[in-house]
Amino acid sequence: MSALTCRGVSRSFGALRAVDAVDLTVQPGARHALIGPNGAGKTTLFRVLTGRMRADAGTVHLGDRDVTGLSEVRRCRLGMSQTLQHASLFASMTAAETVALAVRRHGPEGGGDRIVPWPVRRPAVDARTDELLGQVGLGDRAGSSVPSLSHGERKQLEVALALACAPSVLLLDEPAAGMSPAESARLLALLAGLPGEVTVLFVEHDLDLVFDLADHVTVLHLGRVLLSGTPDEVRASDAVREAYLGTARREELFTS
Amino acid sequence: MTGWLAANLISVLNGLAIGALLFVLAVGLSLVFGMMDVLNLAHGALFVTGAYVAAALSAGGPSWGAYLGALGLAAVIGLLAGGALSAMTEPLRRRSHLDQALLTLGVALIVAEVLQIVFGDDPLAVPAPPGLDGSVPLFGAAYPTYRLVIIGIGAALAVAIHVLVERTTLGALVRATVADRDMVAAIGVDNRRVKVAVFALGSLLATVAGVLGGPVYGASVGLDSTVLILALVVVVIGGLGSVRGALVGALLIGQIESLGRALLPDLASFVLFGALALVLVLRPQGLFGSRAGAVV
Amino acid sequence: MPEVPGNVVGGTAAPRRPVRRRYAAVPAVVVVLVLAAAPLFLAPFATTTLTRLLVFGLLAVSLDLLVGVTGLPSLGHAAYFGAGAYAAGWVSLHVTPAIPVPLLVGALVGGVAAAATGWVAVRSAGVFFLMLTLAIGEILAQVAQNWDSVTGGANGLAGIPAARLGGEPLLNAGFLYWYVLVVGLLLFAVVWVLARSPFGAALRGIRDNEPRMRAIGYPTTVYKYAAFVAAGTVAGAAGSLLAAQQRLVTPADLGFTTAALALLAVVIGGAGSLWGPVIGAALVVLVRDALGPSLAGHGELLLGVVFVLVVYLLPRGAAGLAGLRPFRRRNP
Repeated sequence: MSALTCRGVSRSFGALRAVDAVDLTVQPGARHALIGPNGAGKTTLFRVLTGRMRADAGTVHLGDRDVTGLSEVRRCRLGMSQTLQHASLFASMTAAETVALAVRRHGPEGGGDRIVPWPVRRPAVDARTDELLGQVGLGDRAGSSVPSLSHGERKQLEVALALACAPSVLLLDEPAAGMSPAESARLLALLAGLPGEVTVLFVEHDLDLVFDLADHVTVLHLGRVLLSGTPDEVRASDAVREAYLGTARREELFTS
Repeated sequence: MTGWLAANLISVLNGLAIGALLFVLAVGLSLVFGMMDVLNLAHGALFVTGAYVAAALSAGGPSWGAYLGALGLAAVIGLLAGGALSAMTEPLRRRSHLDQALLTLGVALIVAEVLQIVFGDDPLAVPAPPGLDGSVPLFGAAYPTYRLVIIGIGAALAVAIHVLVERTTLGALVRATVADRDMVAAIGVDNRRVKVAVFALGSLLATVAGVLGGPVYGASVGLDSTVLILALVVVVIGGLGSVRGALVGALLIGQIESLGRALLPDLASFVLFGALALVLVLRPQGLFGSRAGAVV
Repeated sequence: MPEVPGNVVGGTAAPRRPVRRRYAAVPAVVVVLVLAAAPLFLAPFATTTLTRLLVFGLLAVSLDLLVGVTGLPSLGHAAYFGAGAYAAGWVSLHVTPAIPVPLLVGALVGGVAAAATGWVAVRSAGVFFLMLTLAIGEILAQVAQNWDSVTGGANGLAGIPAARLGGEPLLNAGFLYWYVLVVGLLLFAVVWVLARSPFGAALRGIRDNEPRMRAIGYPTTVYKYAAFVAAGTVAGAAGSLLAAQQRLVTPADLGFTTAALALLAVVIGGAGSLWGPVIGAALVVLVRDALGPSLAGHGELLLGVVFVLVVYLLPRGAAGLAGLRPFRRRNP
């Protein structure tokens, strides 16, 4: 059984078919990358998978459960967690308070499913929070306010926040966007060190990161799946090169 | 049976008159709101200003000169007030909705108090101009002529505004700004001028509505918040920045107000809220709105 | 609808590892002692004014739970204050004025009114929320105006008997003041604890970034609704204190102006700090009641000017004076 599947997902904006009948299967424990030139429909597909956006057609399954009609909130509680493209956190909170929000929601051991979170014991929440912050390399920044963190640190905090939701499937939207090479390398180490039972699907522009981390790559082009295979297959594909080059050429035409 | 029918037809006509006034009042609020997300809480104060202008000019007895003079003066005041409000809200463009609301709320309080100081606490009556102050026989009852005139003026203004918004360059810019503000800014249109124009026109309609409504509602303290709420309900029900929505919403609220007051006088306010809640639960963006006001 | 950037300074951020909490309590204890001793030194008239300040202050605190903590700027909060006041007044007149019956009934009716009308409001965002709360508040005010048989219509609900404690009516201004003070402090403590609880942390998360809260699995609408009902309940309790103090409830008590003044109190006192709005409420009531008479009853004109000045002069707008504090609670 796959960890995350979608079948025949389509989504249009006016006349533009941003995502057109896309099938995607993510195996349990995979490090699955979703790539494609600008405008390929990656972000739209990502939002349909997380439930932020409704598809016009198609189904989404988390494990064997049909989550097509479920909200983002329900999907999160069923084990789907995400980081957002633009580090999007809580301006008035510290790093620890941020992570504690999700820890309380999902319970220190994960799998908590409470409307009212306060019965959770505070020492357990604090311990789990510290553990998660340490895991993403922010152990010494627990008391720092979010606005005082660097861009890279916020991205690390995003990952800790997503992990605090005790995910079985983790979706990352351009985790390395806007990062310096050093920050990018630290993020790669962090993602590579995630527990094997967590399935990871990530959208990424930085192809170096993709080929370093991914064990499976799906290439989207103009809203359709161009190719889905191992990194080596993708690297060797003429169609993929064509898609990227073609877009690059078009962009040259547009910008010149 | 015919008596019952006649009584309810009278109520329907009253609803049409209220609806026509509400449309004139609400369409400006709706466009200002749809175009720049400014919730102008001074809109009711503008209406009452118009009503007091009409009361002041006709203090010497009803005359056409006083009535038309009041319309003209109210229009000028409305234009100037709209321009001033537009200038005052301009520095707040990047601030929260709450800041804009507080500002216009402060203006509304100031205007209401100044009017109270100038004209006193007692409600003032506004006479209809001579010839329109009588009644005409209708369905076996006497119906006030002036209310029929309001319905006519409302219909004429609705057509005029429709033409302005749908057929002119200014209207096209307004519609485009409501649909996608950033896009209009991106193609190099200076939408500040459009904003001033819409704010001025919307305020003019509010003060003119005050003069038109004068012979029905009079001029009194507290009328500003009553009409503001009705206008807000119309805008919410009709949808943001939509002329058609404002028209349908105004006619609907006019009927609900009129029938509600006739059939369930104690509970008319509940009926109003019920209609509002029903529309919002079924269509969060309003009947004709394109942008969703509610998050799912 | 564009996200409003986190425009409210998080005054309520509880330090995770409190170090100096003992010292933080000192000013609070002093303030409570001074407030408790006040009637011993003040003339009855001044005590009555202080009672009014406390009632309005409690309303402002309940509104701050919505505006400052949850980020929901309500323009109709006085509706629940007024609903509680009418309910407490009606119960005092027709059933019993024995404490705590009117208080509990006022709180209950405030909460029920908020529960009945809040769902429509909390499903909306931004400027829609402002509009809907304004409309809801004004509609309830019209109900009060028109429902003669229960509310006394435009004349209001008059002749409310004095609150009774153990069979004795609280006719002395000082005793009434202490009753209001005790209830006020109790409810302030409840709101304070609520804002610092995990529930309050979730509300602040919604204020800062609602979409992110949904993404980590919080059903934010339910939380906003709970905050709305809680704030309505506290406002209803404050309304019962108003009924006990004025012994008269009029439609103006739940109208637009009261709601706007409460919002002004929150804004000038500093949204989100909970104690700031009490000071804001004191300023607003003093301007209206103390300076008003010298302006021939037109204190509201002055308040209108204050509204306009607040928007332009406070650097963070609605973040309020608390945002100007020289030091902000920050973890080391």
